[in-house]
Amino acid sequence: MRFIAYLFLGMGIFFATFGNIGILRFPDVYTRLQASSKCGITSVVSIFIGLMILEGLSFITVRILIITIFFLITSPVSFHAIGRSAYEEGILPWRKKKTEGKQ
Amino acid sequence: MGVNILTIVILLLLINSLVSVYRVIIGPTHQDRLIGLNLILSQVTVIMVVAAVNFHRTIYLDVALVYAILSYISIIAITKYFKRRRLRK
Repeated sequence: MRFIAYLFLGMGIFFATFGNIGILRFPDVYTRLQASSKCGITSVVSIFIGLMILEGLSFITVRILIITIFFLITSPVSFHAIGRSAYEEGILPWRKKKTEGKQ
Repeated sequence: MGVNILTIVILLLLINSLVSVYRVIIGPTHQDRLIGLNLILSQVTVIMVVAAVNFHRTIYLDVALVYAILSYISIIAITKYFKRRRLRK
């Protein structure tokens, strides 16, 4: 049981690391948004699941479950608001550079 | 044994957050800074929950819930502010 919890914690650290590297490396707002939202939500939820397994059935587990449900509802909404704000401001999506011509 | 592993988790999440701080500093547009800020806020929430399990303090869970609510409201308010500022021009 403890080994499964450590597996979930390691998976959360893995996804958090690659989400941050994606934010640093990707070229555009929209691609950074994709890397950040997927890896961020996956890492947070898997670390919470690992903590719930580690703690067992107690009073802390219910509160962690409430925080997880709140996070699953609100985090896509805020990322969508950021993407919509970028689209309305007129930022064009990134395209791969051609061999000649502009951009 | 369990205490040491949770402490290592907290340290690794702190080191990961420093990578996003760099994006917040150098981001070309406002939205890049907001993306980095949102990821930092979610990781700070996770650090609070891990610390609550690690030190057996249930008060940190309430702090983490309030912090999650405040980060959600602040991100929505900042995006609304940029939209309103663009319309005023």
